[in-house]
Amino acid sequence: MPAPAIETENLSKEYPHGFLHLKKKTSLEGLTMQVEDGEVFGLLGPNGAGKSTTIKLLMGIIFPTAGSARMLGKPASEVSMHRDIGYLPEQPYFYDYLTATEVLDYFARFHGYSAAERAERVQKMLKKVGLETAGKIQLRKYSKGMLQRVGLAQAILHDPKLVILDEPMSGLDPVGRREVRDVILELKNAGKTILFSTHILPDAEMLCDRVGVIAGGRLRGVGAPGTIVGVKATGMEILFELGESATLPERIRAQAARSGTGYRMSVTENELYPALEELRVAGARITSVTQIKPTLEDFFMELVGKDRAQAAAVEVGAQ
Amino acid sequence: MSRVLIVARNTFREAVRDRVLYNLVFFAFLMMASAVIVGQISMDIETVVMISLGLSAISLIGLLIAVFTGVGLVSKEIDKRTLHAVLAKPLQRWEFLIGKFAGLAVTLAVNTAAMAAGLFLALWLVKHSIARGDVVVLVAVYFILLKLMLVVALAMLFSCFTSPLLAILFTGGLYLAGLFVSELRVLQLTNLTPQMQKFFKVISYVLPNFGNYDVMGAAAHGRGVAGTLILHNTLYALLYCAIVLSAAAVIFSRKDLK
Repeated sequence: MPAPAIETENLSKEYPHGFLHLKKKTSLEGLTMQVEDGEVFGLLGPNGAGKSTTIKLLMGIIFPTAGSARMLGKPASEVSMHRDIGYLPEQPYFYDYLTATEVLDYFARFHGYSAAERAERVQKMLKKVGLETAGKIQLRKYSKGMLQRVGLAQAILHDPKLVILDEPMSGLDPVGRREVRDVILELKNAGKTILFSTHILPDAEMLCDRVGVIAGGRLRGVGAPGTIVGVKATGMEILFELGESATLPERIRAQAARSGTGYRMSVTENELYPALEELRVAGARITSVTQIKPTLEDFFMELVGKDRAQAAAVEVGAQ
Repeated sequence: MSRVLIVARNTFREAVRDRVLYNLVFFAFLMMASAVIVGQISMDIETVVMISLGLSAISLIGLLIAVFTGVGLVSKEIDKRTLHAVLAKPLQRWEFLIGKFAGLAVTLAVNTAAMAAGLFLALWLVKHSIARGDVVVLVAVYFILLKLMLVVALAMLFSCFTSPLLAILFTGGLYLAGLFVSELRVLQLTNLTPQMQKFFKVISYVLPNFGNYDVMGAAAHGRGVAGTLILHNTLYALLYCAIVLSAAAVIFSRKDLK
C-alpha cells in the first residue's frame, strides 16, 4: 500500500500577538489527518478556520509550533520534494512587470527544462487555462480571475504528483469556476492527488472523494462528503400539483407551501405514506418524492454555530 | 547555483522594467551641465571639480538605489506575497536571497559602469584628453561599487527581520557610522572604564568600515592608490558581504511569511 500523499500529526500553529508578542493566538490545533494517494481531498471551513494555515505549513511558508507533516513520504521541510508538488496560493499575486508567458517561463526554469520544453509547456498551460490570447500582456493589466488562472497554470506546469490549491475558485466567474472544476477532474483522472481548500460547499461535494472540515483551528470531521454528515435521511419532501377542482385536506394545507406551479411539503418518514394517501384521495398529482439529507452546508453551519455559542459562553463566563 | 542565477536574472529584469536605471538620464544631464559650467569658470581645477562631482553623484545615486531597492528586494516580495509561488518551487530560501542580492549587484554594476562612462565622457569634454593617471578614477568607482554591495547586504539583512522603514533607517545609520570607523579606532577613550574601552574597540571592528572606500580625494588629484588597499578592500567587502548574507539567510530561512 503506497504511503499517504499527505500526512500530518498533531500539526499546530500559534502566532504571537500583542505589543510585546507575549500573547498567543492559535490558528491550528493538533491537526492529524491523511490524504491518500490519488484522491481529491477538500479542506472545508469558514474564513479564518485554519485552512490556509494548514496549506502554508505544508508548503513551508510558515513553520509549525508543534507536530509534523509529511508529503509524498518525506518531511514537508524538504524543498527538493517541491519538484513533485504544485501549489496555487490563495489570491495569487505574481510579478506584475512580467507577462503570463514570462512568469510561467520563469517558474518552469526552476524545474530544469530546456528552452524548447519550457516554450511548449508554457503554451500548453496557457491554452489549458484559457489565456492563450493574453500570454503577451503584462500581469499588471490582468483581472483577479485571470491571475487565478495564471496561478493554476504555474501550479500544474511541471506535471506534479500532488497538487495543492488554496481557494482555487476564489475570484472566478461561473465559467471560470467550471473550467477550474474541469481541470481538477482532469488531474484526478490522470491519477494526481489533489488537496484543495474552499468554503464553497457545492464545489467540494461535486469534486471530493473525501473532505475534512476545519473550524476554529480544529479538525471537526473527515469522510466522504455524503458520510461525514451521516447518511440517515431527516425527512421526505413531496412535490405535487393540484387540479382546479381539487381541494386539499386541512392538515395537508397547513404543511404545504406553493412552489412554482405546484406545492411542496416536508414530512417525516413515518408520515410519508399517510400523506401520499391523503393527496391521492384529494386528487393531487405527485411529481416528486425525495429524501431530505443534511447537506454539508448544514453540517458546516452547525459547527460554526456551536463555535460561536461556545465563544459567547466563554465571554459571558469571563465577564 | 543555476537556481540562484534564475532569481538574479529576474531581479535584474525587474530593476530594468521598474525603471531603476532611469537615474542614468539624470546623471547624464548633471554631467553635461557640469562640463559646460566647469569649462567656463575654470581656474585649472576643472578636472578636480568634475571628478569630485562625478564620483559624489555616482556614490549618492548608487546609495539611494542600494538602500531603497535593497530593502525592497525581500520585503516587497513578502508584502505582495509573490514569494509564496516562488518558494513552492524546488528553491531553497537562501538561494532566493543570494539570487536577489546578485541581481541587484549586477544592476548596480551596470548602473555604476554607465555612470563612470558618462564621467569619463564629461572629463574628455572638459580636458579634451584622458590621461593615464585618470585610471585612479576607475579605482574610485570600483570602491564605490564594493561599498554599494556592502550596503545592499546590510539592507537585505535588516529587511529580513524588521519593517521596511526601520530597515532603511538602520542601513542608513550603519552607513553613516561606518564612515567614521577609522576615527573610532584611534579615539582616546581614557575617561571611560576599561570595559567600555574594550566595547568600543570591538564595535569599531564589527561596524563596516566604509571610510576605507573613499579615495575621491586621491582620484581628483591624480594620486595613486596602493594595490594593497585595492586587495584589502576587495577581500573585506567579500568577507563582510558573506557574513552579513549568511546571517540574513539564517533569519530568512526561519521566518514565517504572512
